[in-house]
Amino acid sequence: MKKLMLGNEAVARGAYEAGVRVATAYPGTPSTEITESIAKYDEVYCEWSPNEKVALEVAIGSAIAGGRAICSMKHVGLNVAADPLFTVSYTGVNAGLVIMVADDPGMHSSQNEQDSRMYAKAAKVPMVEPADSRECKEYVKAAFEISEKFDTPVIFRLSTRISHSQSVVEIGEREDVPLKEYKKDPEKYVMMPAMARKRHVAVESRMAALAEFSNTTPLNRIEWGSTDIGVITSGIAYQYAREAFGDVSYLKLGMIYPLPDKLIKEFSEKVKVLYVIEELEPFFEEHIRKLGIKVIGKDLLPVTGEYSANLIREKVFGKQIGGKKIEGVQVPVRPPVMCPGCPHRGMFYVLNKLKLTVSGDIGCYTLGALPPTQAMDTCICMGASIGAAHGMEKARGREFRTKTVAILGDSTFVHSGITGLIDVVYNKGNSTVIILDNSITGMTGHQHNPTTGFTIKGEPTKQVDLVKLCNAVGIDRVKVVDPFNIKEFEKTVKEEIEADEPSVIISQRPCALLKHVKFEGPHRIVIEKCRKCKMCMRIGCPAIVDMGDHIEINDALCVGCGLCSKVCNFDAIEKAGE
Amino acid sequence: MKKCNIMIVGVGGQGTLLASRIIGNVALKQNYDVKVSEVHGMSQRGGSVVTYVKIGDKVYSPIIEKGEADIIMAFEMLEALRWAEYLKEDGKLLVNEQKINPMPVIIGKEKYPENIMQMLKENYKNVISLDALKIARECKNIKAVNTVLIGLLAKVLEIDKEVWIESIKEVVPSKAVDVNLKAFEEGYSRG
Ligand code: SF4
Ligand code: SF4
Repeated sequence: MKKLMLGNEAVARGAYEAGVRVATAYPGTPSTEITESIAKYDEVYCEWSPNEKVALEVAIGSAIAGGRAICSMKHVGLNVAADPLFTVSYTGVNAGLVIMVADDPGMHSSQNEQDSRMYAKAAKVPMVEPADSRECKEYVKAAFEISEKFDTPVIFRLSTRISHSQSVVEIGEREDVPLKEYKKDPEKYVMMPAMARKRHVAVESRMAALAEFSNTTPLNRIEWGSTDIGVITSGIAYQYAREAFGDVSYLKLGMIYPLPDKLIKEFSEKVKVLYVIEELEPFFEEHIRKLGIKVIGKDLLPVTGEYSANLIREKVFGKQIGGKKIEGVQVPVRPPVMCPGCPHRGMFYVLNKLKLTVSGDIGCYTLGALPPTQAMDTCICMGASIGAAHGMEKARGREFRTKTVAILGDSTFVHSGITGLIDVVYNKGNSTVIILDNSITGMTGHQHNPTTGFTIKGEPTKQVDLVKLCNAVGIDRVKVVDPFNIKEFEKTVKEEIEADEPSVIISQRPCALLKHVKFEGPHRIVIEKCRKCKMCMRIGCPAIVDMGDHIEINDALCVGCGLCSKVCNFDAIEKAGE
Repeated sequence: MKKCNIMIVGVGGQGTLLASRIIGNVALKQNYDVKVSEVHGMSQRGGSVVTYVKIGDKVYSPIIEKGEADIIMAFEMLEALRWAEYLKEDGKLLVNEQKINPMPVIIGKEKYPENIMQMLKENYKNVISLDALKIARECKNIKAVNTVLIGLLAKVLEIDKEVWIESIKEVVPSKAVDVNLKAFEEGYSRG
């Protein structure tokens, strides 16, 4: 049966068909839907892990024990999981282990643009990369075969346009892959120096064997056309190249590390001019140059951002292409904003009012860095808010600290905020940390986490008690406040930043998009009472509109959270009648 | 329908993703190669969103580039203006006359351009517009804006109506199917 599938769904299908038993992940755009889709298959044990490192460790355990496993993350997640990655390269696997990593060229939703291929090289792990949903499914199966044949983990590289494009996939059956026998083998699985030294030698000979394999695997294929031009490319860049170059010759790489040297030489000898088209780093290009082959690549094309067929046409052929543009109009940008009814809005309103320095983190609340709130000073990586606030205090002292807070979400806190908090307590810091507990992982589209009380399959489970957890690591001052109760929230923040001991404020209110969250319905502004002071506009709600002569609430957007009515000093906002 | 590039543009939360799935599904039923490309993440939250649907015998890049769209379906006027240069010379621009202020306009830093519809009609040959929000409201579900627009598109593309209806039934959650089919009919009748 043919189906239109997201790249991520196709990866999930491939894992299912390959008989995978365990799937783990921490959500991160653009990789999230892989694990969400696998969770729909009853045959696969599936979990949201607290972070990528744990996710990979669980998957490694499964593979060593004999069950095929898949672990998914976005590119920055691989940084978190880098530690176990480098060692599982040494231990090898037993049953297959495939690690999905989704890069984000163009940074549609990420804090940097790193190229994960570098990790394959650094950790000495083979890497494959598909170019559409059909290949996503097929290559996952191939990756499991490589993993077991060469006793190695395999990294599977995706990118935003592959993960989030739907194309046609032919659905197959699930293969019955029995558990592999588990044998105790400390020489292989206990990586202490004496044993690891031997394993490093094994890794090197494995890489040599893989490099040979790369020359013959059908994952690397040549598509002959005119030999005036040859293009070496992979993944989504292959699709752009096909459109821009048309009927020329292509060496389309599916196994992108180690590279197929013989094949590359053969191909390059048969074409007149050779181009390398790859997004981000000159990973292929440098390798091919080292083989003594002349190529055109990054001298014409950028190392930043996403490619497109037009970009290639422009840079390679000097063509200017485009449609008709209306001259002379300014089209305002439309940056993302926090949803109407978002629980973070009340908190930002207060932080703004108190003019605090805010050490931020990764989540929906990162949007608070944009106008109108602009209430965030730093945002580095998952969980960095607490450590950074602690560093600020140590560098600048008490006075600065009493005007500083760290903010992060519940999921982020469990991911890697907790270790920062332990550091604050242990090293006698006094930071004020606000945990934004919206009862879900919001930004990536509503995934459960250890604080929500539900698993990925929606089954009830034990819920982390944030108050007790903070107490347990040594925080004595923990306050739970509703951020929409503005007065009390403000009072609490003022008290806690003044306190000469570390403290945690749990800002607790569920995400406005959760199904069970019900508001009282659209509000309206009573024109006669309104003094046009625009106080209500400071909360940055997209539903409140300045019409020039009056202020209005857009009923198609307003959910009726009522926050605006709490900031209006003239009682001019009320629930709209029928 | 032969080879066809359709762009769907709008504001995060307006249901553009669902619309793209319905269209993609229709193309698949007609046995074409299809690619649908969407961007998730931050842009879901009230930001500018764009989805590309490319239909043909063989589709490579999932992205539609400037001057390549046969049809642009705009869920909001300002977004129509933003993306109009992606239209082919004889391409069709379908516009929902809804206005959603972006944050820079809300906070008074920028102005929402006036006379957008007039500008579009002066500069592009084929502009069809309707007030899908009003129609959806009349159907008693303001969330059905997307299926009203799908109705309009169905008429413009001249593909058998039944195929669309079937596709809507498959893609839309079952309890919302009735309202959405009604909204679809309304949109279709205005094409
Ligand atoms: S998804 Fe939830 S937490 Fe995120 S911005 Fe919207 S309401 Fe706020
Ligand atoms: S805060 Fe109240 S009085 Fe001031 S502009 Fe808003 S509705 Fe009018």
